[in-house]
Amino acid sequence: MTPSNPPADSAPESPARGTLRGAPSRHARRWKERGILSLLNSAALFSVFITLAILWVLGAETSNFFAQDEVSVGEFFGTAQWNPLLGAEKHFGIWSLVCGTFLVAGVALLVAVPLGLVTAIYLSEYAHPRVRAILKPSLEVLAGIPTVVYGFFALTLITPALKTFSEGFGSFNALAAGIAVGILILPIITSLSEDALRAVPQSLRDGAFGLGATRFDTSFKVVFPAALSGITSAVLLAAARAIGETMIVALAAGSTPKVTMDVRDEIQTMTGFMVQMALGDVSNYGVEYYSMYAVAAMLFVLTLAFTLVGSWIRKRYREVYD
Amino acid sequence: METTLVQESKPPKEKAKPVSALGMIAVDAAERRTPADEFADPSFEVQQLDFFYGDNQALTQVDMAIPRGEVTALIGPSGCGKSTFLRTLNRMNDLVAETRVEGKVLLDGQDIYHRQVDVVELRRRVGMVFQRPNPFPISIYENIAYGPRLQGKVSKADMDALVERCLHGAALWDEVKDRLHTSALGLSGGQQQRLCIARALANEPEVLLLDEPASALDPKATARIEDLIGQLRGDYTIVIVTHNMQQAARVSDHTGFFYKGRLVECTPTAQMFTRPEHQETEDYLTGRFG
Repeated sequence: MTPSNPPADSAPESPARGTLRGAPSRHARRWKERGILSLLNSAALFSVFITLAILWVLGAETSNFFAQDEVSVGEFFGTAQWNPLLGAEKHFGIWSLVCGTFLVAGVALLVAVPLGLVTAIYLSEYAHPRVRAILKPSLEVLAGIPTVVYGFFALTLITPALKTFSEGFGSFNALAAGIAVGILILPIITSLSEDALRAVPQSLRDGAFGLGATRFDTSFKVVFPAALSGITSAVLLAAARAIGETMIVALAAGSTPKVTMDVRDEIQTMTGFMVQMALGDVSNYGVEYYSMYAVAAMLFVLTLAFTLVGSWIRKRYREVYD
Repeated sequence: METTLVQESKPPKEKAKPVSALGMIAVDAAERRTPADEFADPSFEVQQLDFFYGDNQALTQVDMAIPRGEVTALIGPSGCGKSTFLRTLNRMNDLVAETRVEGKVLLDGQDIYHRQVDVVELRRRVGMVFQRPNPFPISIYENIAYGPRLQGKVSKADMDALVERCLHGAALWDEVKDRLHTSALGLSGGQQQRLCIARALANEPEVLLLDEPASALDPKATARIEDLIGQLRGDYTIVIVTHNMQQAARVSDHTGFFYKGRLVECTPTAQMFTRPEHQETEDYLTGRFG
């Protein structure tokens, strides 16, 4: 700095330019950074902690269940009669609940997969941007409807409608619940599949069109297969959601655990059973109380398996485009 | 069937005027403008072509004839409209929203923008290879079989023969004959691009449009593509867009220079590179802009 510098350029009282020595606030700033970092860290760790805590409770209570005199691991996994409350003899065979769960989830997927994939292809490959701008958010509104509303919908609208087709439908039945769950998971399948379809590079579409493919050829024979891993993982994620869905099945599917493939029947799902237990006046710390945890653990393992397989498929079969 | 682009499977909606397909689209010889007359039997004749992206005019009054069985290069600075022009030749621009075409593009004397033209048939006859190799994420064999299968059923033996012929045609057979059923994405960039050329050949096109086919490739792979273009010359009418003037000089018989959406000049390549007619062309070729 020379005296010839114009005063406007450097006020005389300002510190020397070019120094890296910090202002007095530097220390405070560093501590603030550290504080923020540890706050963020603990927020992230909190969710991990919660997950571990849930797992621990599930595991502990499940082992309490199997420690009871009335139950055995062999009966739980080896039989299909679930009758924890009534009768002289209680039965704890998980498979009737698993069957009911898969029956409802199966119906849900049969409804949601074709409809969801066709919608996704339409939105991604056919729809005008303005149409998509309206359709996609309105589809996502479906995801915001409380599931209890879907349950009522199944009970008071779908079931009566089904009864007009066949007298065989009970007031509670697997089909009505399955259809409602299907509508519930429709946005999941549509939205995730559409993302997967749109991630397919435009160059592949150009290549197909350039060979004389129609829009249909391009969408179904090039874009869809290229997005298949993402679509599969979307379906598995939706399946996990369907298996875990509670309110709809508690309201509309009934509470009679049985092994059946007849969708007109009243059934009970794993989640439905847990609601029944948690709301009913079962004695705390009885065998039926602990059975709730065993069922929850089973449900957890099943949905976890679907999620893991889904993400494995997505990673394993993802096509890498540069 | 081979010579008309008009869909024959579906009759036209208005049955009032069942004029023969050729009669309806053939353009009166008197209407034809001069550039076409340079070549006795041009593959494409483009007449007063204007092209718009929304309100943006990308091409202005382009008149050009593309000689049959020869290689025509399109050069010019970025954004000059050369790629847009290429994509009007097989109507790939139809896929871009809010575009508009005015003027005529005649393929063998038929206006490809006539409303009765079957775009699928047009694109089969006018194959295209893109800037970046874009093989489908399926096997090498299936990539080539894709186009023919769109046209209809082909027997296994015929398809095997066709795949081999196309791979030979694209100078790729020796490199991939032992792994025809492995994923095309496992090939190198240059191999992928030659596969894309083989895939286009499988449709038995008359014209091949190449949109900067070597710009994403290394020099060695580029040389192979250029050799291949030389081999295909004669059997196919080839139109290649390139930003590489040396490439244009090496591979093409004719060169068109585009600038600001206009075709400044289109002359035999040797002439353009030695005696350009326009000052703009000379400035571009000598690197004064571009």
